[in-house]
Amino acid sequence: MDLVLFLVFALFAVACAINVVVQTHPIASAISLIGVMASLAVLYLLLGAEFIAAAQVIVYAGAVMVLFVFVIMLLNAGTESKTGRSLVAQALGVPSLVALLGILAFFVQRLFPREASSRFGAFTGGSAKAVGKALFTTYLLPFEATSILILIAIVGAIVLAHKEMD
Amino acid sequence: MAAVPISWFLTLSAVLFVTGAAGFLFRRNIITVFMSIELMLNAVNLSFVTFAYQFKKVDGHLLALFVMVVAAAEAAVGLAIILTVFKRRPSLNIDEVNSMKN
Amino acid sequence: MDSFIVVSLIKTVVVFAVLLTTLAYLQWVERKVIAHIQVRPGPYVVGPHGLLQPLADVVKLLTKEDVRPPFVHKALYLAAPFMAMTMALLSICVIPFGPAIRVGPITTWMQLTDLNIGVLFVLAVSSMGVYGVAFAGWASNNKYALLGGLRSSAQMISYELPMSIAIASPLLLSNTLSLRALVESQAGSFWHWNVLHGPFPQIFAFVIFLISAFAETNRIPFDLPEAENELVAGYHTEYSSMKFASFFMAEYSNMITVSCMAVLLFLGGWMAPWPVRYGSSFTPVVVFAFAGLIALYHGFHPARRRDSYTLPAAGLVFLAIAAIFLLPMVQAWLLPLFWFCAKVGAILFAFIWVRGTLPRFRYDQLMGFTWKFLFPAAMLNLLVTGLLVAWVS
Repeated sequence: MDLVLFLVFALFAVACAINVVVQTHPIASAISLIGVMASLAVLYLLLGAEFIAAAQVIVYAGAVMVLFVFVIMLLNAGTESKTGRSLVAQALGVPSLVALLGILAFFVQRLFPREASSRFGAFTGGSAKAVGKALFTTYLLPFEATSILILIAIVGAIVLAHKEMD
Repeated sequence: MAAVPISWFLTLSAVLFVTGAAGFLFRRNIITVFMSIELMLNAVNLSFVTFAYQFKKVDGHLLALFVMVVAAAEAAVGLAIILTVFKRRPSLNIDEVNSMKN
Repeated sequence: MDSFIVVSLIKTVVVFAVLLTTLAYLQWVERKVIAHIQVRPGPYVVGPHGLLQPLADVVKLLTKEDVRPPFVHKALYLAAPFMAMTMALLSICVIPFGPAIRVGPITTWMQLTDLNIGVLFVLAVSSMGVYGVAFAGWASNNKYALLGGLRSSAQMISYELPMSIAIASPLLLSNTLSLRALVESQAGSFWHWNVLHGPFPQIFAFVIFLISAFAETNRIPFDLPEAENELVAGYHTEYSSMKFASFFMAEYSNMITVSCMAVLLFLGGWMAPWPVRYGSSFTPVVVFAFAGLIALYHGFHPARRRDSYTLPAAGLVFLAIAAIFLLPMVQAWLLPLFWFCAKVGAILFAFIWVRGTLPRFRYDQLMGFTWKFLFPAAMLNLLVTGLLVAWVS
């Protein structure tokens, strides 16, 4: 049952990821990215990370991607035009990326023996209580630093995007 | 109950990361480039959560949470910059933003 | 394992049948209440007291011409109502309607499923509901629809913030994210409900949550994005017949969901306001018998000629329902259900009451209200609640 769920959502995630890169219209890429994030949330649930799965949907798929969709709608972005690029770069680019992927996958398989497997329900330490405890004790300094970072981002975004008062 | 080997999660993370890198390097629309960056960050989050499962510690989840927060802040500021640049020249092609004076 | 799947399927069918009927009749209730606020009878002709009006509306919407404008973005135009409906219906899966009941050999909870992160699930689903509106506005390729869609989605995501923080405050008192455990932590009498209990009664959080709920569901006074006289019809300008009905149903379904969340978080869920030893089992009997007697009395002095047989019939129906509440074998599941529905009904009545009474906000007033007043107020509430909880324990 875990295997079926993993395969379904992993294949959906890979298909949506390839779609993000391949589609010419930004809205189609944005919708595919939402699909990737939703299927990743299910995979987090399989790994016992229930709080992170909820945070992924609320923060990433529900707020960051809404921001992307807004900007695409406001800028009225159309489909991307094909410009003449060197064929050599295209012929070398994709195979080298596939080679990088092959190297990464090889090292992953080498380092993690086949017996190490995951079962749904084997890790119960991902509850909101555990995350909250660690967040406010061990990781208090990064927590405060990221809250200041968000404040800086808010102020920066407002300063960059507001209209000049005449 | 069939179990899923841990290495499969990491391989999926690698595939998503490489796809994001491909989009980042090959696409010319600035918003699509941004979305490929988000894809790479998501792939890294998956690795963090997988390792948290492997070592049965919650610290991986915390790191994934911080990555999400930083990605949100970066998306906000980055999109504000795109809006500002777009006001000057109405094109979303990154090849055309190639001079310091407009 | 098999009985779990069968029982879950039966529960799903029951819950969704009841939900869809409630959606249709909620529209009837709304039209009647607004009509009586405006001193007119409302739907009256189609069936006794207009009770068949929702059926007539469904037939009308189904048989209207399904216009497909040629200039829309086909895929998103067709997908947006589905997205809105799906997300609106998904949150019902975690709402508990009552305690554990025994049906024959099976003991089951009156809830489709209980998640450890139930509250976060509802928040996540409502965050995803923004996309239905945004894509409907953009795909219609129409400037009124785009503007309405963008305004509506900006309003929804802005009001999600004070809503989430207003949700966090009673969670500090109940110490759990699971909706079932949340209700059980408010057991006792109405003094134990989160709105009145604990080191800091969550009255402010309740009010902030309700105001944010009005804005999340695009109801008056926050319904500028779909106001007829401002933006033609906002984001559903280009939609007709069943697709328009989907948006309509999604809005009412969102209303029911936020009312259920308000009841679960603040008003004690399915718990009775006073314990059984003070007679809470007989309250529904008294209420329905009283309603039946009033209907019978007015049936003998009717205001309109038709009422001389519809009102006594209604009176007899109410008396029959009062008698059903006396049967001990149904009391175990009917009483919690009655209290839950009574509380949700009270909040839905408040939604409709506000619609009939208040004018609407202008868009900049609406956004200024959330960012400059509601969000800081919610943060202050959370701070005070946290301080008091930490001090007491």
